[in-house]
Amino acid sequence: MRLTQGTFSFLPDLTDEQIRAQVEYCLAKGWAVAIEYTDDPHPRNAYWEMFGLPMFDVRDAAGVMTELRACRNTFPEHYIKVNAFDSTHGRESLRLSFIVGRPSREPGFRLERQESAGRRIRYTTHSYAVDRPEGERY
Amino acid sequence: MKVTDERVTAKTGAARYKAGVLKYAQMGYWNPDYAPQDTDLLAMFRITPQEGVEPEEAAAAVAGESSTATWTVVWTDRLTACERYRAKAYRVDPVPGSPGQYFAYIAYDLDLFEPGSIANVSASIIGNVFGFKPLKALRLEDMRFPIAYVKTFAGPPTGIVVERERLDKFGRPLLGATVKPKLGLSGKNYGRVVYEALRGGLDFTKDDENINSQPFMHWRDRFLYCMEAVNRAQAATGEVKGTYLNVTAGTMEAMYERAELAKELGSVVVMIDLVIGYTAIQSMSQWARRNDMILHLHRAGHSTYTRQKTHGVSFRVISKWMRLAGVDHIHAGTVVGKLEGDPNSVQGFYNVLRDEHNDVDLQRGVFFEQDWAGLRGVMPVASGGIHAGQMHQLLHYLGEDVVLQFGGGTIGHPMGIAAGAEANRVALEAMVLARNEGRDIWNEGPDILVKAARHCLPLKAALDVWGEITFNYASTDTPDFVPTATAAA
Repeated sequence: MRLTQGTFSFLPDLTDEQIRAQVEYCLAKGWAVAIEYTDDPHPRNAYWEMFGLPMFDVRDAAGVMTELRACRNTFPEHYIKVNAFDSTHGRESLRLSFIVGRPSREPGFRLERQESAGRRIRYTTHSYAVDRPEGERY
Repeated sequence: MKVTDERVTAKTGAARYKAGVLKYAQMGYWNPDYAPQDTDLLAMFRITPQEGVEPEEAAAAVAGESSTATWTVVWTDRLTACERYRAKAYRVDPVPGSPGQYFAYIAYDLDLFEPGSIANVSASIIGNVFGFKPLKALRLEDMRFPIAYVKTFAGPPTGIVVERERLDKFGRPLLGATVKPKLGLSGKNYGRVVYEALRGGLDFTKDDENINSQPFMHWRDRFLYCMEAVNRAQAATGEVKGTYLNVTAGTMEAMYERAELAKELGSVVVMIDLVIGYTAIQSMSQWARRNDMILHLHRAGHSTYTRQKTHGVSFRVISKWMRLAGVDHIHAGTVVGKLEGDPNSVQGFYNVLRDEHNDVDLQRGVFFEQDWAGLRGVMPVASGGIHAGQMHQLLHYLGEDVVLQFGGGTIGHPMGIAAGAEANRVALEAMVLARNEGRDIWNEGPDILVKAARHCLPLKAALDVWGEITFNYASTDTPDFVPTATAAA
């Protein structure tokens, strides 16, 4: 399967040039760019690991791209995403979030069902990858 | 020297309270010298007086009948602080290009309204005056709520920002589709449409306004099959998905029962129709807030009073009321689709729903400044006759914080529902990517879509079928304004 979280997952994987253009768009808006990675891509995993703090003071896309390369080198088989934070009052949240790195094989999720009364079913989305310990998942 | 016109001058003292009938202006409901207070509620009406009725008197009549007046003088006024409770019509302007129509501005004291009640606001402002004989027609165009009153409402239970965080979806409009045919599918077949659309790439599917609990599909069956579909699609894509389960029913008790099951089954969103009424909407908003649920509002029935320019209530007023009442989604027009919607007016509705603060914007029909005082924003929903080929126009007109709903444009796709969903998602992501890269999507949009279709056969098929479909009809509800105010001689 292909994990389709993030803003551009339905497009072919973005080239570095395309990623850089998106980063420039975010920086021009005054947003802080951050890089996060995970080997637990459950749709409700709200906290991917931070690859350093959000780059509040980096105003040049080249700096972000350097960090992204470092993250890819350290975690070549993890999911990696670029986030952009907007600290404007009333937003104070992400403005853009897109995947820029994936494991070479994406096993996806299985749906577990627990049948109960009145035809009700309790559902659990189970990531195949997390059956193995952290660090050995992909 | 200014000549005083007796007909539009308030009487004072004993003359004001002599038994009998006075003109409304003479009773004190017309006051051109009144300076609206920051704490006043303001309303702007388009009035069309009967022949021979002065516009000031017509405006005073509206002010009177929507506040303290009755048709004759009553001495019991003198037991109250009646000067304060009287609404004041303070300004009347001819409507540009529409002889016989006037924009009338009226100020209401804050104490005239119960805190936190849209039922009370609407009963006051539109409760009595719309059938008033001295007027041929009357339309409530806009309202301004003082911060003190805004703060008596809790507003949207989720709001745009928190909805995006819960769904983990940023930087692009959300995508939805209404299940079609809207009536007749069994629960099992209905869930199939939901599954295919969500698995294919949509974020949401939706019950239509009149899907409640009918012989062909009872509500429990629909909820159970839909949640199977939602969970299957979540597992297949790794994304959070939702389906607006319509809990509209004949009684509040039945709506609560349906909403509770939706919650138990793990739905992130429930849906109600505007026709359930303002009080029911506020109750469901409280329920949604208690249960961390997104509340979707379908504006069923609104066109009966919002569409005609001369009579009724503008949708920008309904938008303001619903933001106060507290819904998270509201259908607010598409501009380019099959349903009524002048581009400027629709953008005005969107701004009222989404922005922290609205400035006066006559071009978009916004007559008052409005500070929302931290009340969360409502996500507008664009639904009705839109398709992937219009993606550049939709993004241009409506921006990012919107749910784009392609019902026919998903389910009617020649390669199937999932393919239709994929076409819409690819078109959307390609357009957002291009916009962020600084491309001129308004002009280059069709080209961007054709290029995106090279790696997406379903998008190519969608463009082949619908690429040229447009709905170009003249709007019936456009703002009337003069771009530059001319100084009085």
